[in-house]
Amino acid sequence: MDLPVWQALYEELGEQGFLPIAVALDTGGADAAREWIERAKPTYPCLIDQHHVVARLYDMINVPNAVWIDEQGRIVRTTEPAGAGDGFRTMDRTTFQMSPEAIEGYRQRREVYLNALRDWVEHGAASRHLLAAAEARRRLAGPSEEQALAATHFRLATWLHEHGEPGAAQRHFHEAQRLRPESWAYKRQAWALEQPGLAGGPPFWAAVDALGERRYYPEIEMEGMPR
Amino acid sequence: MAVTVLWEDREALPSDASAEGDALWLPVNELAASTAWELKPEGACRGDLCVPLPAGREGGFLRDGGRQFNLTALAGLLGQPALHETAPAVWAFGEAGGSRRESLQSLEAPDFTLPDLNGRMHSLSDYRGKKVLLVSWASW
Repeated sequence: MDLPVWQALYEELGEQGFLPIAVALDTGGADAAREWIERAKPTYPCLIDQHHVVARLYDMINVPNAVWIDEQGRIVRTTEPAGAGDGFRTMDRTTFQMSPEAIEGYRQRREVYLNALRDWVEHGAASRHLLAAAEARRRLAGPSEEQALAATHFRLATWLHEHGEPGAAQRHFHEAQRLRPESWAYKRQAWALEQPGLAGGPPFWAAVDALGERRYYPEIEMEGMPR
Repeated sequence: MAVTVLWEDREALPSDASAEGDALWLPVNELAASTAWELKPEGACRGDLCVPLPAGREGGFLRDGGRQFNLTALAGLLGQPALHETAPAVWAFGEAGGSRRESLQSLEAPDFTLPDLNGRMHSLSDYRGKKVLLVSWASW
């Protein structure tokens, strides 16, 4: 979990105006997220997003995904994996051990991402990591009609789940997944509600394996970022 | 009949809704509480924004002498996806893709309000003046 990483960065840069806002995409609500938050003792806002509202507004299809928002409330880096990469795919699935190369790749990717944040805090609008407005607009295509419909199925599914209708909820979760197959948040949330552990269990690994050469986390287009 | 209305990020339980096929009719005076839209002489309005009801199709929107309003027709007019379940009766009207695509082009970060672990509400706009890293995680 990344909550302690954001806490450390907040302690380092908070006085210079930096603020992480962590959002738990968790239909299980505060009960699902509590343990992790209490352990991390964050002093920055840690919010609970039962209906994945932030995921919809910012097109976050996985965790951790992040977007940079400046002092005027403008998007200056669009949603992307927050320093996360595909190294976990080399993990031994019984011991959960990653190869040393994968661990090193993970460390490097994280370091480049955190340094980019430091650069932004230091240089503000002049930071080389901010996107030009035209590029930000290009990346912020917004939802297609199909994706908007997928989000509606997902919203209905969370309501049905909360109102004791797990069967009907799963039908709408499946529709959301069918319409937005690239969303891991849709898949993993539905698995987690179907049965504890399933989101990191056999269906997850089967879906990851089905990617083949395709990536789980899209490449982060950032200067110095390992591929 | 108790009907739950999910309109974008709102949830409402209007007191007198009636579902007929794909149409959900609400008393006009409950429209604003369920959707933030209200009926004015100019058409359906949300704040300063008004969308005229299509000429000649008023009957698809209003009935019972103008006392009942068809929410499904409004969602269609606004380009919002509409879904429903009958038992329990729940209607979901999602966000219109077109208006989101348009508003994102301003690069303004969409606002939202969510609770923390203690139930205290936070809006993104509360933190204007900060460099915000908005980052997702999950317990799953």
